[in-house]
Amino acid sequence: MTAPEITRTSNPLIQINNLCKNYSLQDANGKTITNQVLFDVNLTINPGEFVTIMGHSGSGKSTLMNILGCLDIPTSGSYWLAGKNVATLSSNELARIRNQHIGFVFQGFNLLKRMTALDNVATPLLYAGINRTLSRKRALELLRQTGLENFALHQPNQLSGGQQQRVAISRALINNPPLILADEPTGNLDSQTSNEIMLLFQKLNRDQGITIVLVTHEDDIAAYAKRLIRLKDGRVIVDKNNTN
Amino acid sequence: MNLFAIFGEALRALRQNRMRTALTMLGMIIGVAAVVLMLSIGEGARTKINETIAAMGSNLFIVVPGATSSGGFSFGSGSVRTLTISDAYAIAELPSINATAPVVSGTVQLNYAAKNWSTIVTGTTANYFEIGNWKMEAGAAFTESDLRSAARVVVLGSVTAKNLFGDEDPVGKTLRITNRPFQVAGVLMAKGQSLTGRDQDDTVVIPITTSERQVTGSQFPGSIRYMLVQGKSATEMDIAEIEITQLLRQRHRIAKGKENDFTVRNLTAIADVATDAAKVMSIVLGAIASVSLLVGGIGIMNIMLVSVTERTREIGIRMAIGANQRAILVQFLLEAMMICILGGLIGLLIGIGGAWLVSQAADMLIVITLGMVGLAFLFASAVGIFFGFYPAKKAASLNPVDALRYE
Repeated sequence: MTAPEITRTSNPLIQINNLCKNYSLQDANGKTITNQVLFDVNLTINPGEFVTIMGHSGSGKSTLMNILGCLDIPTSGSYWLAGKNVATLSSNELARIRNQHIGFVFQGFNLLKRMTALDNVATPLLYAGINRTLSRKRALELLRQTGLENFALHQPNQLSGGQQQRVAISRALINNPPLILADEPTGNLDSQTSNEIMLLFQKLNRDQGITIVLVTHEDDIAAYAKRLIRLKDGRVIVDKNNTN
Repeated sequence: MNLFAIFGEALRALRQNRMRTALTMLGMIIGVAAVVLMLSIGEGARTKINETIAAMGSNLFIVVPGATSSGGFSFGSGSVRTLTISDAYAIAELPSINATAPVVSGTVQLNYAAKNWSTIVTGTTANYFEIGNWKMEAGAAFTESDLRSAARVVVLGSVTAKNLFGDEDPVGKTLRITNRPFQVAGVLMAKGQSLTGRDQDDTVVIPITTSERQVTGSQFPGSIRYMLVQGKSATEMDIAEIEITQLLRQRHRIAKGKENDFTVRNLTAIADVATDAAKVMSIVLGAIASVSLLVGGIGIMNIMLVSVTERTREIGIRMAIGANQRAILVQFLLEAMMICILGGLIGLLIGIGGAWLVSQAADMLIVITLGMVGLAFLFASAVGIFFGFYPAKKAASLNPVDALRYE
């Protein structure tokens, strides 16, 4: 299994050309209905950027995130991740990219139930083939970084939303990925906790040079990013640097 | 991918649903226990029959006087003493025959000290012991010279010896048969029941000459009740049967077209039938038990399918953080296999325990072989792989986006 080598200095990190995405559905009569979600999206993201993607629901931002995260494949157009055409990769290679080079943070945290915070954070290393002792040691380091070392042996349902999201961020960071994709990470959190989480993202971007792509529909959350992309009906309508 | 770690994940998933795991495993436990129990009972029956057949002696015919009719009346088999000692000696000379032992018998009263016992006396020749595969527990069989001199010597069956002598050593002692003193030459090793269920050890054996003149007597001197005939080889039993029949017809001057006044039975053929019957019983018992194993397997598949649906989101999360299809497949397959193998091991123990209980309660011979244990174990693993594969494949081929969105 050969995964593309992605380094933080490669240029650009993400390059999308004329990307389209259709979903095919069967209606009640068995007729196929094609629903186009993304139209000719072009996007370049360089290493070290902190980008926020905004848009109303149905604007295609989640679909774009899924494609960026190698969870879904485009219908047409190309997606180059660190100089590698994702369309040419096998499902095993995609899994390896998700494991090694991308960290995911979701709105609903998506932690594994009935499993300690420590084991949740360590799980990606399990799929990277690293033994449990070493994985747990590294996971504890990350929980310390996000201020949760005292909650390492708690299960998700014993943690607050903010704490769960910190666990999820720790999990996203465990393989030292160059890219973090966050899909409405503050959607389920109160504003104070949201700010704390956003400061954490900002710190990771500033101190460790991790590229962050974040979806939100709240302006004050988007304000933490350096660049703003706005989607409407599957098209990019705004792509600008954040002034504030 | 770290197989050992995925093993841990599978184990964790099973532990999270203890009740469900235990109930699913129960199907497997019952299946394997049933297979082991049935196989061991079948194998026990087969061993018992084989032992009985081996004790009977090999390549054996039994020749009995046949039914005759006189003036329109039919008499039952053996009703007329058409077979004689000299017939037996003549048959022994046939090229395909190894040896013969003519037998006369009757019921007699035995006395030793204050004890008495009624049993069947067998009057025969010295080679009866070898043909019938009798071994000596103590002392020796009677000899050719005992036969010639019609000596009053007796060989006791183990049951008879026990009943008359108790813990005493009977060899060299004198007992009375129908009030005549006989010296005990030896005691036979126990054989147990014959294929027909008769206790072969409740008997006394004396020289045929002694029996004819002093014990059983006969209206027709020289006639015998039956004879044992041992063929030279197992492959020439058919030829031997023809030779015996031809010789006896000739000696008895039976005209062409008339029925035989004797019957030749091939005991080996009877034994073969018994062996085949035991084999068929083994297979039928095993097949019935396998059905429960199959049902257990379907139960596992059912639960694994439910589990995959229930854990769709978990599968999606695992895929998002880097699990490839193989890692998901292996995890779910391992879960199914662990249920089967652990259930199989418990079932094996219960099956062995059950077999032991049956052997104690019903006084049956139960045989558990290593092959049987291996077979049950192999079968359990195969059920795990076979019924676990489809749900595992289903889990592995989920689309990560759909799986993550699943509520």
